[in-house]
Amino acid sequence: MPYLSLTEEEKKAMLGQVGVRSFDDLIMDIPASLRDPKINLPSSLSEPEVQDLISKLGRRNTTTRDALSFLGAGSYEHFIPAAVFEIIGRQEFLTAYTPYQSEASQGTLQAIYEYQSLMTELTGLDVSNASHYDGATSLAEAALVTLRHTDRPKLLVARSVHPHYRETIRTYLAGTPYKVEEFGFDEKGNFDREEFFAKLNADVAGVIFQTPNFFGNIEDLEGVSEKIRANGSLMILTANPLSLGLLKSPGEWGADIAAGEGQPLGLPMEFGGPYLGYFVTSKALMRRIPGRLAGLTQDADGKRAFCLTLQAREQHIRRERAGSNICSNQALCALAACVYMTLLGKNGIREIAEINWDRATYLRQNIAKLKNFEVDSTQSIFNEFRVKSNKPFAKIEEKLMAQGIFPGVALERFYPELKDQFLVCVTETKSRENLDWFVEALAKC
Amino acid sequence: MLISQDDRLSFEKSKPGRRAVSLPRERFSGEDSLKSIPKSLLRQTPIGFPELSELDIVRHFINLSRKNFSVDTHFYPLGSCTMKYNPKVNEWAARQEKFTALHPLQAEATAQGMFQILWELEESLKEISGMDRFTLQPAAGAHGELTGMMLVRAYHASRGGPTRTKVLVPDSSHGTNPASAALFGYHVVEIKSNSHGCVDLEDLKRHLDEHVACLMLTNPNTLGLFEKNILEITKLVHQYGGLLYYDGANLNPLLGIARPGDMGFDIIHINLHKTFSTPHGGGGPGAGPVGVKKHLMPFLPGPLVEKTKKGFEWASPSPRSIGRVKLFHGNVGIMIRAYAYLKTLGKEGLRKVSEAAILNANYMKENLKDTFKVATEGPCMHEFVLSLKSFAAQGVHAGDVGKRLLDFGFHAPTVHFPLVVPEALMIEPTETESRETMDLFIEAMKEIAHEIVTDPEKVKSAPHTLLVRRPDDVLAARKPILSYRDQIREKVLLAEAVV
Amino acid sequence: MDFPENLRYTKTHEWITVGGTKAKVGVTEYAQKEISDVVFVELPKQGQAVQQAKMAAVVESVKAAFDIYAPVSGKITDANKALESNPALINQSPYTEGWIFELELSNPAEMNTLMTAAQYHEVVQQAPKH
Repeated sequence: MPYLSLTEEEKKAMLGQVGVRSFDDLIMDIPASLRDPKINLPSSLSEPEVQDLISKLGRRNTTTRDALSFLGAGSYEHFIPAAVFEIIGRQEFLTAYTPYQSEASQGTLQAIYEYQSLMTELTGLDVSNASHYDGATSLAEAALVTLRHTDRPKLLVARSVHPHYRETIRTYLAGTPYKVEEFGFDEKGNFDREEFFAKLNADVAGVIFQTPNFFGNIEDLEGVSEKIRANGSLMILTANPLSLGLLKSPGEWGADIAAGEGQPLGLPMEFGGPYLGYFVTSKALMRRIPGRLAGLTQDADGKRAFCLTLQAREQHIRRERAGSNICSNQALCALAACVYMTLLGKNGIREIAEINWDRATYLRQNIAKLKNFEVDSTQSIFNEFRVKSNKPFAKIEEKLMAQGIFPGVALERFYPELKDQFLVCVTETKSRENLDWFVEALAKC
Repeated sequence: MLISQDDRLSFEKSKPGRRAVSLPRERFSGEDSLKSIPKSLLRQTPIGFPELSELDIVRHFINLSRKNFSVDTHFYPLGSCTMKYNPKVNEWAARQEKFTALHPLQAEATAQGMFQILWELEESLKEISGMDRFTLQPAAGAHGELTGMMLVRAYHASRGGPTRTKVLVPDSSHGTNPASAALFGYHVVEIKSNSHGCVDLEDLKRHLDEHVACLMLTNPNTLGLFEKNILEITKLVHQYGGLLYYDGANLNPLLGIARPGDMGFDIIHINLHKTFSTPHGGGGPGAGPVGVKKHLMPFLPGPLVEKTKKGFEWASPSPRSIGRVKLFHGNVGIMIRAYAYLKTLGKEGLRKVSEAAILNANYMKENLKDTFKVATEGPCMHEFVLSLKSFAAQGVHAGDVGKRLLDFGFHAPTVHFPLVVPEALMIEPTETESRETMDLFIEAMKEIAHEIVTDPEKVKSAPHTLLVRRPDDVLAARKPILSYRDQIREKVLLAEAVV
Repeated sequence: MDFPENLRYTKTHEWITVGGTKAKVGVTEYAQKEISDVVFVELPKQGQAVQQAKMAAVVESVKAAFDIYAPVSGKITDANKALESNPALINQSPYTEGWIFELELSNPAEMNTLMTAAQYHEVVQQAPKH
């Protein structure tokens, strides 16, 4: 058995020192009827066998690198600079615990502080936490913040918000006195203004919008935050963080909370996780933020130092009165995002956003020319858009998959009324040849 | 070898015009984003990201990493955190492109290898814990507890009967337990520990009635003791129709030795980042799979992995499911690591891990008991608690000893927890530490005990050999500076000027 | 330790002083020492009704959050805004500038249930020493 250090002699000697005859004397408190359960597991493997097994299982997967993938819908294939993996693979980051002992964790603490700083820059809001689990849970916590802060019972959510986010929010609020109400979208897939304004009443604590929304549309939120504020409610905006290199930030839209998925910031898709929930708020909500915060201070000798701060909000101090129960977060994912954003820098973040937009726009231009497919060329998008097929999508998907193409995510699985529509995502990972080939393949469908 | 003393932020090292990443120049669409997208949708404010070269950035972060303690560089006897060695083959496995480049919504048939890992991991966790089904969705222990409380609520709601408003937790419990229960409006009732540090059965009985929804328990508890009345405890709670929740934070000493499922627990979460060796990453990500007995299966969040004749696929959740608790399928990368670990352990390895974890803890306790007061009597499981109350005369607190240990090259144990022990120092060596390492730690502890008597100031003002000493957390909390923006706003720009 | 004679006290270490139908509330010298450096005070809202011996405010140190209970029932008429920018006032002058809230008494008879300085002094003497 690897990873264990004690030799048989040592064990014997240690048992003697502890003053017992056998190991079983140490576990006398465990009732005999519970001891030595039969556990049906395979025998242990050596490291080469483990590596072989992992490789073998890997070969049974067709990755988005083996195929040509246009899948998005909340998980995005992006270029990740090699330096990101090298840095987050540093064992001093990887194998460290939560930085409660600040003197032994200045590296992690400064990195979190820089992550928080980058997120406030990107979102245009004031205070970022050190990370949450993912976009869905981050939004659910944001919803709770608005409900508690305003002491009102209802949450309004645009139906154009990612279906998994909406489902997670419903799960979090089920059985509580709080209610969730949704407002729909129009033909183009943008939120229904009339319905939204009609539902914005004195019961509403918070409103959640997504932009680009689940269909890839950039939502026009002109005048929205003013109405929400006048109603005494709070506005939560969830945005693809990469799009903010080009598009109006949550701060500029007047949001009180920016919460969402940080996976596009240097994290692989990894079949769905681990990702990164970002959570950034206005100063007014600072004390309601769930999870950890790193702060700047000075040490006993007047030197600059970092520490976790405002901890009295958290579960390990407030116990049953804490606003959130979060303990472990996604620190290493936040570090990856921190390194990624630093590598992109002031100009890179804008360029990468533009490249995504340009390639998605190019593909949409070309699909628009096909006779069996429809796209809305007038809709403003970022790197995803809706395609309507004249033929059953299942058939098209089958045909394209046989050619090694993952054509996109069927919208019917989330919105039954959107039959034979699919969501196509294009990022900087797709070359002109890739896109032309996809269009050709679609044309033959 | 000197560690760079440069404590500037990346923002403060920035030089306009520098860049790190090279991106493709060619544009395909022939359109200009600034013209095609309406101005009202475009960002107007600049993004104040730093501008640095790749070398600047790599050096910046590598130097930061050197300002950390970590399992790979230091012994980390942090009680209830199970800072065991994180095997490298697990990292290797999780970094394979064959897993990292999988999209969570791709067709099931194209990810059968991935499904096999998820399915086998669930099967293994079922065997080890004695539960009937697991959801792998929860992202961490606390997220597992949240899921658990949702299951408790859904289960009781489905059965009708009296309104169950109370959740019982021992006073020695982890802070997440009461926090999780309270989030759903449960009234949290603390059960006292008896003089041995276990659940006081009489106090438990006093609080048991038909309004109890659940008892949350860590076993072994945070004092490192196995609740020897566990069968009676679970029987009692069940008699009143309540459920039993097992907080898996302390599962490490029970592998192959005893199973929560056999003890009578209905719901359990397991911290893959503790017992199953996945790294802590400076605070996460972890994973907190939640297992249940049959009667709670219909309420599990979906989708779950199903093995069919055609292969593996996602099964739709039951109509009684509490619903999804997370985006997609959970922290899969962590599951791959735990899977590789379990393959290495096999059925023979399980018990060896727990035996060594228990033996190491008892060895350390035995060697420290003459110098420090141990909070409990008799053998411990995987961890134990010292009380440093007797050093009150010197004005030395448990936290000070933790800080002084850093000077000896050891990470501090968990300090001031559990709350039931005054001046607590909670020590968990884990199974992967060698006797030599533990001996060095014991020596250091004895030396510190001596210092407390001869030179208490040295301990109270420790650490003396690290880059910083006692960051002022009062200042940090009174005048929060949480980002570079705050620094600019509050004009706290230079390292020296933080006042 | 200083426990002014003109104040009334609770077992949970709050003081109260009545003037007309209104009363000011804060924490005692003993409490501020136990709490150590106050870093934040969660003040009650104007108009909020509070009940005797029920939570009305929270005082935070770096390592703990302490509930502040209303010594008597009533309606909050004012809170010490100065604590928002300078919570250390509670440590520096717990009986004057460090007051926490003011309330309008709804049941003045409750005042009779509170302790005098001498009685409170005895309570503190018996409190466990850390």
